[in-house]
Amino acid sequence: MSKVTAGLDRVTRVPGVRGALIANSADGLVVAEQLMDGVDGRAVAALAGSLIARLARTAHSAGLRPPVFVHLRGDEGSILAAPGADGLVLLAVVGREANVGLARLEMLAAAGRLA
Amino acid sequence: MSDDIRTLTTRLAEEPSSLAFLELAESLRQRGKLDAAYKVARGGLGRYPGLADAHDLMARILSDRGDLAGAFDAWSDALRLDPLRTGALKGIAFLYFRAGDVAAAIAHLERASEADPDDPSIHQALARVRRESTAAAPPPDTAPAPAPISPPAAPAPDSPFTAGVEDERGVLLVDANGMRLAGELSADDGSEAGDRVAAQLAGVSREAARATRLLGLGTWQSIAVESPGAHLILTAPTSETVLLVTRDASFPMARVGLIADRAARTARSWLEQVG
Repeated sequence: MSKVTAGLDRVTRVPGVRGALIANSADGLVVAEQLMDGVDGRAVAALAGSLIARLARTAHSAGLRPPVFVHLRGDEGSILAAPGADGLVLLAVVGREANVGLARLEMLAAAGRLA
Repeated sequence: MSDDIRTLTTRLAEEPSSLAFLELAESLRQRGKLDAAYKVARGGLGRYPGLADAHDLMARILSDRGDLAGAFDAWSDALRLDPLRTGALKGIAFLYFRAGDVAAAIAHLERASEADPDDPSIHQALARVRRESTAAAPPPDTAPAPAPISPPAAPAPDSPFTAGVEDERGVLLVDANGMRLAGELSADDGSEAGDRVAAQLAGVSREAARATRLLGLGTWQSIAVESPGAHLILTAPTSETVLLVTRDASFPMARVGLIADRAARTARSWLEQVG
């Protein structure tokens, strides 16, 4: 099992996580994914990638370094994002009941191994 | 019986398991109907023994009734359920001060200040208690001086928009067109970054709304952004505005979220007033 697959596996084992994927933040292409039925990986990559790029510009405007973790919370669930090296970003779609704290830790660890 | 109490009483009668008891008991307390407030709060506590708001409310009622020991226990219960509850910390500080234990009063106010650095009333109470603690103690047979701090009258949300310019720093309210409505934001070099950030935020709100809607995640509620050196929370107080709260990365993100929630409530009230 590759490091990437192992990382996705650990994230998707967290209760409430519907799926995780790794995408290229520049073009939104999906590099690897583990998703439950009904979760559109390409849509997640495109929508979240665009948002994260804008948040990075916002952080830059405020004189801050790029985000290392982002949690977009909707009233029915959340998107979590952990940008890694080489323009890759680890994304997860989680339900409202998910253990976001644990998912965050797993994602930060996995994103640190992206290259 | 005033209209709002009648309305709340009706609502509670129709839905006994609702949280309407909190508002009803507080309204009764504010009108001095302490026995009625106590009965309503006791009923609610019976249903929701794990609700910190209910214990906090009961403590205020007991404090008003002069049952300071009971108030102390109720605020302690509130703190067990919610260790960062500033209303309970302030309440216990008030009781310690009444009992002459200034050090304990200061310790609780300092904890309250750490939990909510943006609440000006905590800073004011701390300053007053510290002033009192350095003043000469009165002879034992003189009448006690008026208490320098008051028990928390109600869980009043603090306002970054009314707390003075210094407290507005790190809070930014932006309209749908990316124009700054209130607040200030400084970059690390001290330069004002509010307008630059505001220009980006309108687009963030649109993108967040689109992403959550298209991915079946409902309406977007907030965005938490961890950046090395800073924690940011974005919320939408209204459909036409975005609120950004930033704090140093030493602040736990969940606490920044609480500050953002409070600031959003304040922003909504403020927008209603100025709109």
